[in-house]
Amino acid sequence: ISFCLNEAKTEGKSELIPSIKFRHSCLLRNQRCIAAYLYDRLLRIRALRWEYGSVLPTAIRFHMCAEEMEWFNQYKKSLATYMRSLGGEEGLDITQDMKPPKSLYIQVRCLKDHGEFEIDDGTVILLKKNSQHFLPRWKCEQLIRQGVLEHVIS
Amino acid sequence: MDLQSYMAVPPGIGMEENFFSLDDILLSHERLPCRTESAFPRLGFLEKSSETRDIPEGTKMEMPLWLAKGLYERKRRVLSVELPKVYREGWRTVFGADPIVVDLHKMGPYYYGLGSQMLHFDSPENPEIANTILQTFIGRFRRTMDSSQNAYNEDTSALVERLDCLERNRNINN
Repeated sequence: ISFCLNEAKTEGKSELIPSIKFRHSCLLRNQRCIAAYLYDRLLRIRALRWEYGSVLPTAIRFHMCAEEMEWFNQYKKSLATYMRSLGGEEGLDITQDMKPPKSLYIQVRCLKDHGEFEIDDGTVILLKKNSQHFLPRWKCEQLIRQGVLEHVIS
Repeated sequence: MDLQSYMAVPPGIGMEENFFSLDDILLSHERLPCRTESAFPRLGFLEKSSETRDIPEGTKMEMPLWLAKGLYERKRRVLSVELPKVYREGWRTVFGADPIVVDLHKMGPYYYGLGSQMLHFDSPENPEIANTILQTFIGRFRRTMDSSQNAYNEDTSALVERLDCLERNRNINN
């Protein structure tokens, strides 16, 4: 812009300056709108990691461009590195239990067929649609968020 | 997609806008009546009524806030911006009398935001404008805080309708 303004002044066409500024304001406006839109997308993608876990549903991935996918992967890595550095040797998964839990085990109902699911003591549970199970809360959280399980509050 | 962990960029405070804030971008889209103090050569095609090649000096046109801010210069060679009615003497007395009663959403949903931005245009009434905006906010604050804290199961839509965007966002956050 300063180049254009200088040129206008030196060539004696300084009356063009208001129009140059006009056009420049328009360009800056477009740039701002695009930047804010892309930035807002990133903020939502970041929130997805906390809502859905490390693996995004295909429907959502379909709407992301390659660069956004790359950004998401980098963000995942940063978050994982950070979580590993907390709480002693194994690290701490802070994406679990984001609200203080009321009990350790919860009753869940399966909303769709999800196949076999292994819990900490080695037992394998078959998650068939409409089956109900009594499972440790931390194991179920991600599946609840993904819509596979439903917390049954009797 | 209503994500709990999503926090949008908030609008700027006072006279500054936040570049990435979607609220500020919408706010700066509001149109203001302006008068050109210098000619804009070759931009005649923007003025729908005139068929001239240039926009002559002294044209009255409506410009969005972002454009007015971009063109305005203190030395006043380029543009003069008219103050919207809400911020003028007449309305200022109304706000002084009873700020709670006014339907701020109807007066332009961005009363506080746009008012703060108008201070960029060096009007001689700036101190009064700033003061009125502040006093209005203070006057309504108690009422809006009360209603948002106690809104658990009631239908407050009638109340919320009359709030401007700043007040509504605070309502939601509460």
